[in-house]
Amino acid sequence: MLLKNLRPVSKSHKGDETTDIRISDGIIKKIGSGLSAEKGEESHDFKGAYVSPGWMDMHVHLREPGFEHKETIKSGCAAAAFGGFTAVACMPNTKPATHTRDVVEFIIKKSESTPVHVHPIGCVTKDRKGESIAEMGDMKDGGAVAFSDDGDPVYDSQVMRVALEYSSMLGVPIINHEEDLELSRPGHMNEGRVSTRLGLDGTPGIAEEVMIARDILLAEYTGGHVHVAHISTRRGMELVREGKARGIKVTTEVCPHHFDLTDDEIERTKFNTNFKMHPPLRTQDDVDAMIEGLVDGTIDAICTDHAPHAIEEKEVEFIYAPNGILGLETAWAISNMRLFKTKKLDLQQLVEKLSDNPRSILNLDELKLEEGALANLTFFNTDEEWTFDLKNVRSKSKNSPYLDQKLTGRAVGIFNKGQLVLNELK
Amino acid sequence: MSNTSAEYEFKQKHLLGLADYSAEDILYVLDQARSFREILDRPVPKVPTLRDKTIVNLFYENSTRTRLSFELAQKRMGADVVNFSASNSSAKKGESLKDTIRNISSMKIDMVVVRHESPGVPHFLTQCVDAAILNAGDGAHEHPTQALLDMFTMRQISSELKGRKIAIIGDISHSRVVRSNIIGLKKLGAEVVLCGPKTFMPVFVEDYGVNVSYDLDETLAWCDIAMALRIQLERQDRATELFPSLREYHERFGIKMGHLEKYPDFRIMHPGPINRGVEMESEVADSDRAVILDQVTNGVAVRMAVLYLLSGGTRV
Repeated sequence: MLLKNLRPVSKSHKGDETTDIRISDGIIKKIGSGLSAEKGEESHDFKGAYVSPGWMDMHVHLREPGFEHKETIKSGCAAAAFGGFTAVACMPNTKPATHTRDVVEFIIKKSESTPVHVHPIGCVTKDRKGESIAEMGDMKDGGAVAFSDDGDPVYDSQVMRVALEYSSMLGVPIINHEEDLELSRPGHMNEGRVSTRLGLDGTPGIAEEVMIARDILLAEYTGGHVHVAHISTRRGMELVREGKARGIKVTTEVCPHHFDLTDDEIERTKFNTNFKMHPPLRTQDDVDAMIEGLVDGTIDAICTDHAPHAIEEKEVEFIYAPNGILGLETAWAISNMRLFKTKKLDLQQLVEKLSDNPRSILNLDELKLEEGALANLTFFNTDEEWTFDLKNVRSKSKNSPYLDQKLTGRAVGIFNKGQLVLNELK
Repeated sequence: MSNTSAEYEFKQKHLLGLADYSAEDILYVLDQARSFREILDRPVPKVPTLRDKTIVNLFYENSTRTRLSFELAQKRMGADVVNFSASNSSAKKGESLKDTIRNISSMKIDMVVVRHESPGVPHFLTQCVDAAILNAGDGAHEHPTQALLDMFTMRQISSELKGRKIAIIGDISHSRVVRSNIIGLKKLGAEVVLCGPKTFMPVFVEDYGVNVSYDLDETLAWCDIAMALRIQLERQDRATELFPSLREYHERFGIKMGHLEKYPDFRIMHPGPINRGVEMESEVADSDRAVILDQVTNGVAVRMAVLYLLSGGTRV
């Protein structure tokens, strides 16, 4: 297969040259300009789109098994491919919870027919109850890449200590949903000026920060690797920065909505539940801090916390609506608009956050854009204007704050598992 | 005497909160309410202005006086009224609010009066149906008719609210009454001090342009009107864990007869129901300095005015 007129972006490509790529048997055979299709060879002209090592979203909820009315592995992978992701790591708050090897293997098996690699994250504790650690070793052998009780924190400090010690033996990170449940209770949005005006109980940033501080201290003490899930506050980011400076094994990720939107949106949209997620949208200062953290390397990865919920679950009173929004389909556009177009990050840095770093945190093979390497690729542009309207939602659910928004930059396709997927707008 | 200019036109379709109403809108409603207040003193306190209107009172939270007040206002204006309360209805069978309101609306409803524990429900209903929506309290967000009746009562004490010194005492965080009052009072130029334990103050409350005091004596010495808020004893999980005991609350923030003697000028309001011996001593509530029962009477008149205006009526 011949892919024409692509601009490579990788550790060794800045995206300033146009070239062609020949792939056969799922391997990059040739990179060079002026290649022409051989007889019978399939060819596609990308007209100057960028190509990079395939992106990975290390924090998604695929909802299967158990909540197939929200999303299935198949529909979630379709959304991932549409967003330019060739791999996702999915959270274990399924039903049954992904807390045993058989559930891990079920998810992997189910994903085999999709063009996306699905890497399950197993539970830290049995049944996500926070009481005693799950069979991490067995799950790792079955294909789990990390452990988390996401949706809930690992609350008991002793359990967290044991989990970090045990997982460090396996060389796998613990991803913690950082939340002091007493301090955050019973919040429905960020505690701040807007929650005061709207009369909604707030979740203060401090509820996230005290848990981040605890986990960094525990990581330092145990030598374990803690990955701070979906960071959202300035002080939290600074704690991770300080932890890294001390040489502690702490990494973190941020969602596009946390470096794009603020809690003002809930007032502006008159309580639109598609702006309700956890952690909640914070303030402009926090948004600025997320971007600072991405720029200085404190924040390693861009993830989405893709969290599908059915229409009837979200179309309810604000305080009853579940937390969570879609993210896979719009992650690139928001990153492009907020980070690249504003010259905060260049394309190489963005690809690091979208591909190299998440893969490295989860101990997955490094992807290279060179002859002889596996063809695991994402194709994207930075100038296309498009609208994320209902007919272009690939997820089974529709709960996106970006619905009907004009966006700039789109992932136009992926190449993975030997197949080319082109994302056509409907 | 009218406070609004001749060119003024009332254009609101709903009453979701006072945040959406201008000072002129508020004054216009209060002026209209004065006419209805006079009607209430007539031997036959009825006007058939809503005779062709059907109104549903949708109460997802318990309420006695607000609901009675709305119902009386509606009946005195000849409206057809149906009542819906969550405790004995389809909500218990798991029907969504959206389905409930759309079903009710299909029976040809002109107006919906709604109370709900979730902020934003009145806004949500405007997206579900065409009827005029009146907020009778949404969580700790707004309770606009309460604030309107409070301001109406304050204007009976002194017709000009500009520069009036209003103290609001108690659980500010969990009060929808206080939010609507602050918004309305600031729009009309009053000065507002919030007084209560620090744990009852929401973050950034000073953004409203109000001052905060933790000293009841200082506050009562300053104010023209002191409005005490109800400590919501029924919300065991919330309000009551924010201060040590009712005894200590009453000691520090309860209005006592001694205050009335010491500070002879201020008047006392309370949105009810009162916890006697907590927010104030019984004798204070029953004293001639209190206008608490006037608030209740005025509530009917204010709600009549709001119903009238939102039903498409113009000047009475």
